[in-house]
Amino acid sequence: MSLHHSVDPRLWNLEQELRLFALDDPRLTRRAALRLGLLGGAGTLLAHSSLARAAAKLPLAPVVAPQAKAKSVIQIWLWGGPCHLDTFDPKPSAGSDYTGPLNTAIKTNVDGMQIGELLPLLAKQADKYALIRSMSHGSNAHETAAYTVQTGRASGGRDVFPGVGAVVSLFKGYDAGYKGLLPPYVVLTELQGRFSESGFLGPRYKPFATGGDPGAARFVVEGVVAPGLNEERQKARRELLHQLNTLERATAKGDPRLAAFGQCEADAYEMILGDAGKVFELSQEKDNVRDDYGRNTFGQSCLMARRLVERGVPYVTINYKGWDTHKQHFQIMRRKLPELDRGVAALLQDLKAHGLLENTVVWVGGEFGRTPKVLWEAPWNGGRGHYGKVFSALVAGGGFKGGHVVGSSDARGEEVAERPVHPCDLIGSMYEQLGIDPEARLPHPEGLDVRAIPTVAADVQRGGRLNEIM
Amino acid sequence: MSTLAHAQRPGDSSPFRFPFWWFWPIAIAGLTWFDDGFAATPPPAPAVAANPYERTTPAEPRHALDRAVFAQLAKLGIEPAHECSDAVYVRRIHLDLIGTLPTAAETRQFLQETHPDKRAVLVDRLLARDEFTDTWTNKWSDLLRVKAEFPINLWPNAAQAYHRWIYTAVRDNLPYDRFARTLLTANGSNFRDGPVNFYRAMQSKETDGVALSVALTFMGARAEKWTTVERANLGAFFSALTRKGTGEWKEEIVTFDPDKLPAATRVTFPDGQPGQIEPGRDPRVVFADWLIRPENPWFTRAIANRVWSWFFGRGIVHEADDLRADNPPANPELLAILERELVAAHYDLRKFFRVIVTSTTYQLSSLARSELPAAEANFACYPLRRLDAEILIDALNQITGTTEKYTSAIPEPFTFIPEDQRSIALPDGSITSAFLETFGRPGRDTGLEGERNNRITAPQRLHLLNSTHVRKKIEQGPKIQVILRSRSGPREIVDTLYYTILSRPPTESERAALAVHARSPGMDPRTVAQDLAWALVNSAEFLHRH
Repeated sequence: MSLHHSVDPRLWNLEQELRLFALDDPRLTRRAALRLGLLGGAGTLLAHSSLARAAAKLPLAPVVAPQAKAKSVIQIWLWGGPCHLDTFDPKPSAGSDYTGPLNTAIKTNVDGMQIGELLPLLAKQADKYALIRSMSHGSNAHETAAYTVQTGRASGGRDVFPGVGAVVSLFKGYDAGYKGLLPPYVVLTELQGRFSESGFLGPRYKPFATGGDPGAARFVVEGVVAPGLNEERQKARRELLHQLNTLERATAKGDPRLAAFGQCEADAYEMILGDAGKVFELSQEKDNVRDDYGRNTFGQSCLMARRLVERGVPYVTINYKGWDTHKQHFQIMRRKLPELDRGVAALLQDLKAHGLLENTVVWVGGEFGRTPKVLWEAPWNGGRGHYGKVFSALVAGGGFKGGHVVGSSDARGEEVAERPVHPCDLIGSMYEQLGIDPEARLPHPEGLDVRAIPTVAADVQRGGRLNEIM
Repeated sequence: MSTLAHAQRPGDSSPFRFPFWWFWPIAIAGLTWFDDGFAATPPPAPAVAANPYERTTPAEPRHALDRAVFAQLAKLGIEPAHECSDAVYVRRIHLDLIGTLPTAAETRQFLQETHPDKRAVLVDRLLARDEFTDTWTNKWSDLLRVKAEFPINLWPNAAQAYHRWIYTAVRDNLPYDRFARTLLTANGSNFRDGPVNFYRAMQSKETDGVALSVALTFMGARAEKWTTVERANLGAFFSALTRKGTGEWKEEIVTFDPDKLPAATRVTFPDGQPGQIEPGRDPRVVFADWLIRPENPWFTRAIANRVWSWFFGRGIVHEADDLRADNPPANPELLAILERELVAAHYDLRKFFRVIVTSTTYQLSSLARSELPAAEANFACYPLRRLDAEILIDALNQITGTTEKYTSAIPEPFTFIPEDQRSIALPDGSITSAFLETFGRPGRDTGLEGERNNRITAPQRLHLLNSTHVRKKIEQGPKIQVILRSRSGPREIVDTLYYTILSRPPTESERAALAVHARSPGMDPRTVAQDLAWALVNSAEFLHRH
């Protein structure tokens, strides 16, 4: 769904002219334009008029350096905050007040690297991923922690910054010449809603949220799949819509908003009637592949994510709920960790098999960890609280080296022991892998000088890029 | 199983099905019945002009403000649009003043009225409607950042108290100068004294952060662009502000702490004039009294320019909240007239709105007769604007007789959200829906006017064209069903759909296009009427203010 054209009236006129000698297909037109080198400067393609002024002053050309290793990111967001001790940073010798019943660490296929006992399939894939055991930001509230982990910034100040996905969408999406028919930033399946993912960048950089359930018999993507309407009916209705566009016919002077409106309609129908929407037909996958991922919403979301990056989508987020385990923590872990284990392990293997792992970053983590000491007392009765002081994240692919552990926590997983990694360190490293200059300017609505990640001058805690695994 | 199957006979009178009698004319008359109904009968209503949107004669200025606009257009060689038709006006004025589509009955009644002042009479009626209060409370709640959750973090019952105060002020028409002064000088509990939340509804509560918010909200200025000294001078007026916790969870007392300013303090107002705060005097009061004088160079200008932008999509100074010496107004004479009008109206915003919306300039058609964007920048036509997220979903619900679910990411123990909640009346930015988020409802993060972004995106278009959410409303909504089941025949059904969705009767060429569609294979009356409703809801005309 490319909505880059028609946003600037000058360009729109240009495209109209191009239509005269290209087929009446906006995408062909755009390709023609690209061939002619007319749409090369991303700055002119900026969508927001409020940003246009800022953009005019800024070198907004996408900073896709030639050494980019990664093309896409799959972010598996463990929404609510998974416990680091029970997943990627086990502490079997910390005692049962810390381990609870999950008191065993298991070996992986990498010497000396151990993970939680409920992740046996991931244990066989450890050569593909690195574990960061010293993530830290110190915030114990969902909103502020989620904001910090996804933007690399502390909350406060007037602005709400865009999350990683929106920034990648800015630098690797339409403005950077992305030609895919699918939106450049897709969320499976619902938005988080705690803060606007696109921040001050605005709706153009918001993710497309699929809705529906990939684990259901049919994945009904909201807007794309319309049960009960066949192609013939869709076309007949669209024809009626065009016949009744009286206002557009009366508008003689070529309103650029109507042009953008028409373009969005064309893009939407690419998803409804064109090939783009077929990506969501999971039934095209072999049964054994679907089984490998796990026949549940999360597993099939992972498979969906692979299909999306296979078609060049730069950023896919899987919002995986249910990790805020204040109560019944261990019962929930016994249910959820096998699901996580199967889905992520299958994803890593499948990406590898498709030759996609080298250029796809897989990032697994939540907004914080959980209190290492189990809360046995009422009302928690064996739950774990929020813990932002130290937690873990998994990164794989896209140029990150597998089989490594970055940083460590202390013997009980309560403090960072060595090599603290702050969210902006991880985010900046991902940007580098994607060929995005972490110091690239963002188009701020008031023209302020803000960068993709906070500059060194900004008062933000940092531990440095993850050079040890890059 | 068989019981279920039988329950769905055409004769079933469930609200989502067509009764049998709706189908029998087809069985008897076949598809020619459609042609007759949709195209062949001569129109009983008065003939509609070739273009239903504008009057055929050039517009004439009415008010002083019109003369300022037209004089500038003449100087620039820009031809103004014609005045809009009554059908356009009734829809536009409803959407702009009360955030609500006119019903088919309201539209028909207005179009039948012959009184020469009928537009002004309608304006007075709308200014008194409850939805007027809802709509403008919602607007102020965006600018004043009424949001329980991140990043503003007011907390639900404080957001409710804040909203309630704004609602009451709008309903009772509190003059704008007093509205501003109350917000700036309030003391008390965030749960009980609504306006004190002004000082809590900002991400940075440092003195500098307060200065930024005050400048933006009441001076229409972005203090980020001021010098450090100018910002510090403004911040000094808020240096004695304190926020104290109480025994109650999340309660805060916002007040002036005289101990923070024990001696007389020298201050500098934003216009460079020096001043002095006597001991024991709240500097916020000194600031507010300086601010709300009619001769203050920011106060009147900022609100006059803002209000203009609310009706014309852009300020005379653009952007509407970016007043500064190097951002001159597009029409200085016009802005000066508006400032005088506002002072003369003693900051009564309803009166001020009335002046604007009864002007010729406001009544111009959206069909520009001169090149964009110069025509729009000089107010030679009404700007086409996509409907706000809230107005759009409320309109879809009104047309179809359906409702929405609104939820908040944090528990809202103090909030009851009724089934028929209208989104323009939502009290708290944290209470939301996927639709509102997708369609660009402001996050209420900053209070900038530009936070509301109505630029259409492909995912929005996809949602309207093909989502089960919107399809269900159109296909199953009870009000649509009532229209489709009307006994008055297809012509009347088509008329009512047009009046309900586009606030006008169909043109003859639209009837003809529909007749063609009705003749395509596999069509039945239900499908044709549903397709029409779907097409109208998805038309540029419905989705924009025009």
